[in-house]
Amino acid sequence: MPEDPVFLLNNFMKREFNIIIFGIGGQGIITLTRLLAEAALNEGYNAKTSEVHGLSQRDGSVDTHLRFGKEIFSPLVSQSKADLIISLEIQETLKAAYYAKSDKNTIFLINDFIKEIQDSKKFSKEEIIKELKKISKRIFIIPASKIAKEKLNNEVLAGIFLLGYSVFKKIVPLKPSSFLKAILKVVPEKYLEINKKAFSLAEDYD
Amino acid sequence: MEKLLSKKISEKEFLLGNEAIVRGAIEAGVSFVTTYPGTPASEIGDTFFKIKNQKSLPAQAGKIKNSFYFEYSTNEKVALEAAAGASFSGLRSLIAMKNFGLNVASDFLMPLMSSGVNGGLVIVVADDVGCSSSAQFEEDSRPYSYLAYLPILEPATPQECKDFTKFAFEFSEKFKIPIMIRTTTRIALASGIVKFEKISEIKRKAKFVKNPLQFSTMPPRVLEMHRELIEKIKKIQKFLEKNKINKIESGGRSRLGIITSGISYLYVREALKELNLDLSVLKLGFVYPLPEKKIANFIKKLQKVLVVEELQPYLEREIKRIANDANCKVKIFGKDLIPEVGELKPEIVTSSIAKFANRPPSFALVPGLKLKIPKRKPQFCPGCPYWLVFGAVKKAVNPNEIVFGGEIGCYMLAFYPPIDLQDYLYCMGSGAGVAHGISKATKQKIITFIGDSSFFHAGIPALINTVFNKSNPLIIILDNQTTAMTGHQPHPGAPTVPNGIKIENIVSACGVKNLAIIDPIEQEKFIEKIKEFLNKEEVSVIIARRPCIFVK
Repeated sequence: MPEDPVFLLNNFMKREFNIIIFGIGGQGIITLTRLLAEAALNEGYNAKTSEVHGLSQRDGSVDTHLRFGKEIFSPLVSQSKADLIISLEIQETLKAAYYAKSDKNTIFLINDFIKEIQDSKKFSKEEIIKELKKISKRIFIIPASKIAKEKLNNEVLAGIFLLGYSVFKKIVPLKPSSFLKAILKVVPEKYLEINKKAFSLAEDYD
Repeated sequence: MEKLLSKKISEKEFLLGNEAIVRGAIEAGVSFVTTYPGTPASEIGDTFFKIKNQKSLPAQAGKIKNSFYFEYSTNEKVALEAAAGASFSGLRSLIAMKNFGLNVASDFLMPLMSSGVNGGLVIVVADDVGCSSSAQFEEDSRPYSYLAYLPILEPATPQECKDFTKFAFEFSEKFKIPIMIRTTTRIALASGIVKFEKISEIKRKAKFVKNPLQFSTMPPRVLEMHRELIEKIKKIQKFLEKNKINKIESGGRSRLGIITSGISYLYVREALKELNLDLSVLKLGFVYPLPEKKIANFIKKLQKVLVVEELQPYLEREIKRIANDANCKVKIFGKDLIPEVGELKPEIVTSSIAKFANRPPSFALVPGLKLKIPKRKPQFCPGCPYWLVFGAVKKAVNPNEIVFGGEIGCYMLAFYPPIDLQDYLYCMGSGAGVAHGISKATKQKIITFIGDSSFFHAGIPALINTVFNKSNPLIIILDNQTTAMTGHQPHPGAPTVPNGIKIENIVSACGVKNLAIIDPIEQEKFIEKIKEFLNKEEVSVIIARRPCIFVK
C-alpha cells in the first residue's frame, strides 16, 4: 500500500492526475490507457491521451500518456510531472526517470517482468530498483505477469491486473466501479469475463 | 465504430483525432472516401472501412453506412484523382494520407487547384513530426500551401478535428477549392472528448456535367485559371478576417504575445498555466491563407511576439513579412527559441516561453539516471515469414559483395540487427529505381526488396524501367498478402479481394524473363534461386509468398 494515499488525493484535487504507461509492443498498453480514460470520464473529469502506432509498435518500446482533471490542454505529460508511472517491463522503467517529480513522490507501479534487449546486457531487477530509488520513495513491484499466467493462463492480462491493483490500493484516485463500467465499454465481449476477473483479482492481492 | 454513427446530438464520445475526422465527415454528409494507409493517418480509412463492413447495424446507422462509398486506392495520387472525379460530379469527397502521400498526389494536386472542385473536397494529411513511425524525411506539409495555393486548416484537439472537417466541406464548396486538413501524430493519435452535432442528410444525384472550360487545364485557359485561383485566395482572405476559426485570446496588460496553431497551441496553454503568465495568444485555425489584417492588428499592440510551431519556421516567415508590411516595431521570435527538428513537448515550450518572458523555469527537474536502457530495436514479429526471406538471402550470398536496397513497409526492419541487410532506403517504389541506376553505373550486384502493397503503389514503373533500359538487379517482392505495417489493409493482390490481381502476371507482362514464386519456408529452393538469378544478365524477380501471421 502507498504510505499516504490521502496526500496524493489532496494533491490531485488541486490540478490534474498524470499517468504514463511504459512497456513493449503487444502488451495491451493502448487498451489500458483507454480504460483509464473512460474511467476518468465516468467520474466527470476531462481526459486526454496520446499514443503511437505503426513502426513504433513492432516490439520496440511503447509509452502512452494519460491526463485527467478539470482542465487539460496537452495530451502529453510534461517532464517531471508524472503522478503515476505504470511499467509493464522493468528495464523500460528506467526511461520514466525523465517524468519523475523532483520531490520523489511519483509512484512507480512495476510489473516484475524482464524482456531481454537484443545485443545488450540484461540489467538485474535489483540493479534497476536501486537506481529508481534515487528518484522515488514510492516503488511497488508486482509479479503481475506471473499471476496472470498462473491464475488466468494469459500473460497479456498482466496489465489489467496491475491496473486493478492501482485502483483497489487507491493509487489511482478513481473508483473500481468506474473501471468496471469502462471495461464493459472498451473490451470486446468475448474477452470481457476474463478481463473483469483479472481486474478484480487484484483486490485481494497484498 | 457504431458510436460514430449516432444520431444523438450533444452525445459525447472519447475519440482519437482520426476518428473525430471521420465523424466530422459523416456529419457533413460525405459521399465518397478514398485513402492509402500510412501512419499516423491510417485509422481514418480503417474506420470508414470498418463502418462499411459492419453487419447488422440498426436502421438509422445502416442508412449512414450506405450513404458513402469507400476504397483503399492503389496509391495517394490515384486516391486523390478518384476523390476529385466524385467531387467534379457533385459529391462531397474526402481523401486521407500521411505526409509522403501528398508528395505522390502532388502531381495531380497542382492542376486540380487550377480547375477547382464542385462537391466539397477535403484532403487530410498527417505529418509524422519526430518520425516515430516514418523513415525518409521529417516532412512539414504546410509549405504545399504556397506551391499550390492550397488552403490548410490545422486542428488542435479531437473536437476541432471533427468541427474543422465539417467546416472544411462547407468551405470547399463555398469557394469551389480543395482544402487540406493538416494533423500531426499528437493530434491524429491523441484522444479526447468530442461533442457530436447533427448528421446532415445530403441527397445528391452524382452527374459529371461536361464543362471543358473548367476541367481541361489547357493553355491558354490555364493562365486564366491561375488568375481565378489568385482571386479565390483573395476572397478567402477577406472571409477569414472575420471568421472565428482564427481566434485571439487576449491576455492582461502584458505586451508580449504568442502566435501558434495545432498541437503547439495546447503546449502554449499548458506552459502559460505552468508559468502563471497571462499573455495574448493568437491561435490560427487556418495556416493558409493567413488573416493578415487580424495578425497585423494583433502584433501592433505588442512589444514582442513568439511564434510557436513545430518543424519549419513557416508561420514565422509570414508573420515577419506581415509585421514588416504593416510597419510594426514588434520584435518577432521563433526558431531562435523553438527547435526546428523533432516534436515539441510541453516542457520544451514552457522553457522557451520562460526565456521569452524572462521568467525562470518554474519547476525542478529530476537529474537523469546513470543506468540507461539501451534502445530496443523494432523487429519482425515472432513467426513472421520475413525472417525466412532474409535468412535465405544471408545464406545465399556474402552480404559484403552485394548492395541491398530497402523500401517502406515491415521489411524496412531489415536495417536492424540481427538482419543488417539495408544499404539504402527512400520512398515506396524507389528500391528498384535506385537499383537500376547503381547497376548501370557500377555493374555491382544488387538485391532490392519491395513489399506487395508497395509494388502496386509505385513499384511497377521502376520494374518496367529495368527491363526497358536493361539492368540486372534481383528484385525480391515480399508478398505477405496484406499491407502489414499500417494495420493489415487489403491491396489489389490480397487473397481477400475477389478476382485479385496476381503480382506474377504483372511481372511477366512487364517482360521479366527470370521469375520465380517461392514460399520462403522452402529455404533450399529459395537459396538456390537467389544464387542462380544473381548471375543473370537481365533483371530477375523472386516473389516470396507467405502470408503475414496476422492474415486470417
